[in-house]
Amino acid sequence: MNARLYYWQRMTAGLMVPLIAVHLVTMIYAIGNGLSAAEILGRTQGSLIWGLFYGGFVVAASVHAAIGVRTVIGEWFGLRGKVQNAFAVIFCVVLLGLGGRAVVAVVM
Amino acid sequence: MSGPRTHFLWRAAMLHRISGVLLAIFLPLHFLMLGLAIRGADALDGALAWTETVPVKIAEFGLVFLLAVHLAGGLRILVLENFQWRDGQKTLAAAAIGVSFIVAMLFGLRVL
Repeated sequence: MNARLYYWQRMTAGLMVPLIAVHLVTMIYAIGNGLSAAEILGRTQGSLIWGLFYGGFVVAASVHAAIGVRTVIGEWFGLRGKVQNAFAVIFCVVLLGLGGRAVVAVVM
Repeated sequence: MSGPRTHFLWRAAMLHRISGVLLAIFLPLHFLMLGLAIRGADALDGALAWTETVPVKIAEFGLVFLLAVHLAGGLRILVLENFQWRDGQKTLAAAAIGVSFIVAMLFGLRVL
């Protein structure tokens, strides 16, 4: 892993520490009443705060996961160079796309 | 059996990696499910009905543990790398796993 990717792996990790803590607490709280669209959307729809929270979470998680997966496919499956990088970039773009769509779906 | 791969901290690092890989596999599915709300609350509710089944509840419990253990294991790494601190690594690794179990159990008690 080069220094730039290492830096972004740690930066996104540090950013997500409070986000994951809030996510865990929210899940533990929300699951008590069972999962329903009304509960989720009632909390998130039209909320700028939750929109920014989940939007930032998606970007950080997408970058973090792609860098981590890049390392794993290199070490476990011997994928190196262009194939390794292309896989990581595609994975990141897919996560950003699906995650962005999910945020729009629950906030807008 | 002895050697580096039986060392507690090697196992902690492997748990961090495996939890990360499983979370990476889960993320697209998580996003796809929430994205159903783009077609309205009914579409999301239809998928959420599936989460009332016991196997899915057990999987949710596992996912919460994976997220908690990846967070705690990640904190361990950030502390190791950024602070002048080298003692008690095993204690911290064990604490990381212990706290994750507690978080997952809290979720588990509420989900069931």
